[in-house]
Amino acid sequence: MTTLSDPPKGGFRLSMLINDTRYRSYTFQFIALIALIAAFGYLGSNLVANLKAAGLNISYRFLGEPAGYDINQRLIEYTSQSTHLRAAMVGALNTLLVAVVACFFATIIGVIVGVLRLSKNWLVNKLMGVYVEIFRNVPVLIWILIIMAVFVAVLPQPREFRGDDATASMVLGSFAFTGRGFYFPKPVFGPGSMIVVLTFIASLVGIWGYRRYAKQQLFDHGRMVSTLWPSIGLFFVPTILMFFIMGQPITLDYPALKGFNFQGGIYARNSFIALTFALSIYTAAFIAENVRAGILAISTGQTEAAASLGLRPGRIMNLVILPQALRVIIPPLISQYLNITKNSSLAIAVGYMDITGTLGGITLNQTGRAIETVLLLMAFYLIISLSISAVMNVYNNSVKLKER
Amino acid sequence: MSDTNTTPVAFVRDAMLPEQAAPITAAGPLAWIKKNLFDGWFNSILTIVAIYFIYLIVSGAFPWFYNGVWTTDSLAECREILQGKTGGCFSVLTERWPQLLFGFKYPSEEYWRPTIAFFALFVAVAPVLFNKLPRKLLIVTAIFPFAAFWLIWGGSILVPIMVAVGLIVGYVVFTRLVYQSSAMGMIGGLVATVAVWMLGCYITDPLSGFLALEPVPSRDMGGFMLNFILGVTCVSLSLPLGILLALGRQSDMLIIKWICVVFIEFIRGVPLITLLFVANVVLGYFLPPGTNFDLILRVIIMITMFSAAYIAEVVRGGLAALPKGQAEAAGSLGLDYAQSMRLIILPQALKISIPGIVNVAVGLFKDTVLVSVISMFDLVGMIRGPILASTEWNGVYWELWLAAVLFFFPICYGISQYSQWLERQLATGHR
Repeated sequence: MTTLSDPPKGGFRLSMLINDTRYRSYTFQFIALIALIAAFGYLGSNLVANLKAAGLNISYRFLGEPAGYDINQRLIEYTSQSTHLRAAMVGALNTLLVAVVACFFATIIGVIVGVLRLSKNWLVNKLMGVYVEIFRNVPVLIWILIIMAVFVAVLPQPREFRGDDATASMVLGSFAFTGRGFYFPKPVFGPGSMIVVLTFIASLVGIWGYRRYAKQQLFDHGRMVSTLWPSIGLFFVPTILMFFIMGQPITLDYPALKGFNFQGGIYARNSFIALTFALSIYTAAFIAENVRAGILAISTGQTEAAASLGLRPGRIMNLVILPQALRVIIPPLISQYLNITKNSSLAIAVGYMDITGTLGGITLNQTGRAIETVLLLMAFYLIISLSISAVMNVYNNSVKLKER
Repeated sequence: MSDTNTTPVAFVRDAMLPEQAAPITAAGPLAWIKKNLFDGWFNSILTIVAIYFIYLIVSGAFPWFYNGVWTTDSLAECREILQGKTGGCFSVLTERWPQLLFGFKYPSEEYWRPTIAFFALFVAVAPVLFNKLPRKLLIVTAIFPFAAFWLIWGGSILVPIMVAVGLIVGYVVFTRLVYQSSAMGMIGGLVATVAVWMLGCYITDPLSGFLALEPVPSRDMGGFMLNFILGVTCVSLSLPLGILLALGRQSDMLIIKWICVVFIEFIRGVPLITLLFVANVVLGYFLPPGTNFDLILRVIIMITMFSAAYIAEVVRGGLAALPKGQAEAAGSLGLDYAQSMRLIILPQALKISIPGIVNVAVGLFKDTVLVSVISMFDLVGMIRGPILASTEWNGVYWELWLAAVLFFFPICYGISQYSQWLERQLATGHR
């Protein structure tokens, strides 16, 4: 019965290493490993030889030395006597600031444009199409430089706000948009303001708890509890009450023209504004396409089925369309966030001091430690990218279609 | 019976009425406007806002174009002609046109060379893009890289010819050996190619004047030409590399798989700018002492690695979309790994991934402007550096940036439209 011939035993020949599929993969992996080690060894020996010839070494000691340069936009304390490490941290925070603000605005603009592109209004539909195509098909660096040039050229300089015949004026008396940057009122937290902030946080928790309760009522007892007005009430009333009870501890510090420039308030430099704005509207064009694709991916049968069950249009959107569309929209949305973070490194073109500008720019030029700084720079971006992809993987697993 | 007619019927129509045109509110332009622009109060508001927005742009841009000045030598002269009117100084474009195209160092009497290469590019690319064109045109495609190198960089024609001969010999050896084993074919082809190149050095060195064009060093390349060189070269080099990386990532061999995974994730995790920093200041440390690579060559290496990682991810998506039965069927027909990949898997996987690959290509072409950050004078570098910094044209922003937008937009838009067209062509109705 045994017609199957046994595999040839013993007699291992050298040619089997390349011709026998059982051994071939080991041969290839061995060759690849050797080649990899050889390549690294070769590059490493070159590196050692080059460093020796230039009288350099690999050392991160420069991070502890005083940086000796100033950074004009910073979120944490920094002087020119601070260390290079501190400068890198200032830069890293600036990168994150641009990335977060740009992600926020890009999402808002992108969602609005994506929905408007599906509008039945022919003119709006076409206009949004033009916007998306123009921004998607021109490099983001060009947009950043254009917007920077426009800000500097079109917006008034601070001196134009001066005098009785000023050619420019502040918006609502508290916002100043100048070619040097934007000035906003700054909240000043006096004594007792902590209680107001805590009240606000507590009311947010309260809203969350109330909505949970309403949902439970709906699912368990079939009772519809109104959520909109109680939520709005909870949002405003306790905080405002506490604000007045504590005697208005939070005040606003308005920017005012003193001498040649504005003083007080929050000052956002034009480079920051231009970079954030350009990244937002550039990425919004991509997000708009993702949103459009996500909504179009839901077949009209879903809407019709929901309508035939007697759901109202608002509930169809909330309960049927959006949960399915979000599954399509969110993964590309997160990779757009990743792109914003990586594209924020173009800050160097407009002189905004992000981590590429501090660590990869001035620190590199001052200390001449190219390898170390570039490695640190890559490590920083890599950590951000990998953490965002980790979040994305968790999300993808949580919304994956549950199949048997 | 007869009294049916006693009570006279008031009126019976016995002829059809002629057809009437639909009411003006139901058909025709007015109805179209009502339905598409003023359907409800919300749509009406949107329309009015949109019309106002368009009016703002047109009313601002029209006089600017209409009064535009095209024939002055400096901004001051242009302002003099305009005398305070709104108008564009487009003369910066006419005066600096060669600089925008070729950079400021490329010898002006040699401009015809990159121009020919540019137009030849379309002939060379056409048969790849459009299946209906005669296949014989592919000969142009094969010759193009070598001819373009000769035209743009100059030097003896023998250098590109020897490179081509080496590749041809390698390919012939590969086809002879591949019937014994795919691995043998690969190794044999590689060895033959390198051998021919080494021999070639002995021929090209003494004959460096043979059919030589005036050599132009790479640091003299600039303008939009540089963007084009980087874009075309890096996309074509990264395609095979990306496919190899994708196959490596799918492989069962753990070591090879992890090499590819680490490479791809690392490259995708960092911005292109840091890789350009590597090309600019770090890569030199890793090369043998005494060698001096061109900056442009180092940049090409880094951008190629960058886009290869992205293409690998796109191709991996295509490979993952294929049912496993395809590979199993190929195996049961007795095809080995290389054959099943080449004949069965890759043609289908690549077809699925074409739109993604084209997206990567467009993105890469746009990203070539980043080289201006490491002080290379591509289109953006030319505008920011030599043109805006010159005394004649200091302050001409709008015209120059508009030109930059107009350089990039038609090409990128055209490529993405082509990709959509191709997707429709390749759709077979089943996946």
